[in-house]
Amino acid sequence: MINKTEITQEALSILPPIMTANNVDVFYGKKQAISNVSLDIPENQITALIGPSGCGKSTFLRCFNRMNDTINICRVNGEIKFSGQDIYDPKVDVVALRSRIGMVFQKANPFPKSIFENVAYGPRIHGLAETKDDLESIVIQSLKRAGLYDEVSDRLSEPGTSLSGGQQQRLCIARAIAVDPQVILMDEPCSALDPIATAIIEDLMETMKEKYTIVIVTHSMQQAARVSQQTAFFHLGELVESGDTQAIFTNPIQERTQNYISGRIG
Amino acid sequence: MSEDHIVTSFDNDMRELESLFEEMGSIVLLQLKDATRALRKEDRKLAKKVVKGDKQLNELERELNDLAIKILALRQPFALDLRYVLTTLKSAGYLERMGDLTRNMAQRTSTIAKAEAETGPIETLIRMSELVQAMTEDILKAYKSRDSELAKIVRDQDEKVDMAHNSLFRELLTYMMEDTSNISACMHVLFIAKNIERMGDNIADIGQEIVYMATGEWPDSKRIKGDKTSSIILS
Ligand SMILES: Nc1ncnc2c1ncn2[C@@H]1O[C@H](COP(=O)(O)OP(=O)(O)OP(=O)(O)O)[C@@H](O)[C@H]1O
Ligand SMILES: [Mg+2]
Repeated sequence: MINKTEITQEALSILPPIMTANNVDVFYGKKQAISNVSLDIPENQITALIGPSGCGKSTFLRCFNRMNDTINICRVNGEIKFSGQDIYDPKVDVVALRSRIGMVFQKANPFPKSIFENVAYGPRIHGLAETKDDLESIVIQSLKRAGLYDEVSDRLSEPGTSLSGGQQQRLCIARAIAVDPQVILMDEPCSALDPIATAIIEDLMETMKEKYTIVIVTHSMQQAARVSQQTAFFHLGELVESGDTQAIFTNPIQERTQNYISGRIG
Repeated sequence: MSEDHIVTSFDNDMRELESLFEEMGSIVLLQLKDATRALRKEDRKLAKKVVKGDKQLNELERELNDLAIKILALRQPFALDLRYVLTTLKSAGYLERMGDLTRNMAQRTSTIAKAEAETGPIETLIRMSELVQAMTEDILKAYKSRDSELAKIVRDQDEKVDMAHNSLFRELLTYMMEDTSNISACMHVLFIAKNIERMGDNIADIGQEIVYMATGEWPDSKRIKGDKTSSIILS
């Protein structure tokens, strides 16, 4: 009998990874938060990072666009490559890097500005629009890609903070999309949203993956199972197991994974 | 997997699912034993009891289905838990079908006993049934201990049932050719034999489910199918 999970596993591995992490360690001062983690991020796929609170998911996610640089005591060892290039190379322009690898946070954090300005901000500082019309079309297209345009088309000048939680989160996604990134990192993007708003974002992710690669941290096993193709399980700063999502949720190899996803460790 | 789930009621639901399945299993076994005894002794009263007793199995299966759906919807199990719920659900369906086949066997036993007709090789039929009874006992053990090795052994034993069915089929054909007045009773015996043969298939299918439940993988080698009756012609 042909094993279906093996086929998808193969499909995963033939896609070239857009990002790779090799033997990554992360320290906060003397405390080690990530130990020797290696993981490939396949292009145009959704990778879910799961694991108990404090296991280092957010820390690891932030390595991918050097968000950890903003934390003074944080030190990253090992190698992280984006399209074959070491992103921790001193020559790398971090601002440009973050426009290639965008981020969406747990709590929607629109700027205290209009809906339009929230999305226009990125393209403007990165000089992506030559004219006002260019900028406008980037904003509209980004809002459309984030599945928000129809809901806000007649109120673009109202403050971003006037939107509902789910709409604000999609505004943040539009803002990340506006600078035309290749990878989007999401840290628990739905944890403050109701099931409908969550479903809208999940549906959006599904269409977004045609154009972008997504890495998402989530506490919801169901969400990881629903949206991702690859799942990586972290525990106490280590990568315990990673692989095809279907295989992880039906027949994980490691007992620690088995126990966590089936609710047997805290 | 460490024994207990963080949510106690989850463990309770899973244990209830397991015990419903085991109850179904022991009733199927009991029914088959009674049906076989009724056949041997041409005991119509016992045969009637078996026919009636099948209702209980249907009810248990419905209860098990409801519980499995509740677990899937409310608990959303993953990994081994998920495989456990799904394979139990499917295996309960196979048990229920075995119950139907047993009921049919008992109905035909009543008919034969009433007609007081010559039926030929009942002994072979009883041997087949005993083989299936032993397989049922073992498959229930394999389920309880999640023993994929035992499940594979039981699954492969189905070949013996198929062989017995083949030879019985030939035997009955000659019997009917010798004396056409035997045909009506022999046909019933033939159907009973087919019923028992299909029970063996159901057990083999449960065996397959148990292997998947325990290992996460379907057994690779195709099961040896020994039923050749579809190509037998006597001339
Ligand atoms: N800014 C920081 N300064 C010091 N220690 C930190 C900092 N951020 C995280 N840590 C520590 O690093 C470890 C990993 O934290 P991290 O936030 O990456 O976990 P997480 O898996 O994202 O958890 P959660 O699911 O609760 O968000 C924890 O022990 C945490 O206390
Ligand atoms: Mg976190």
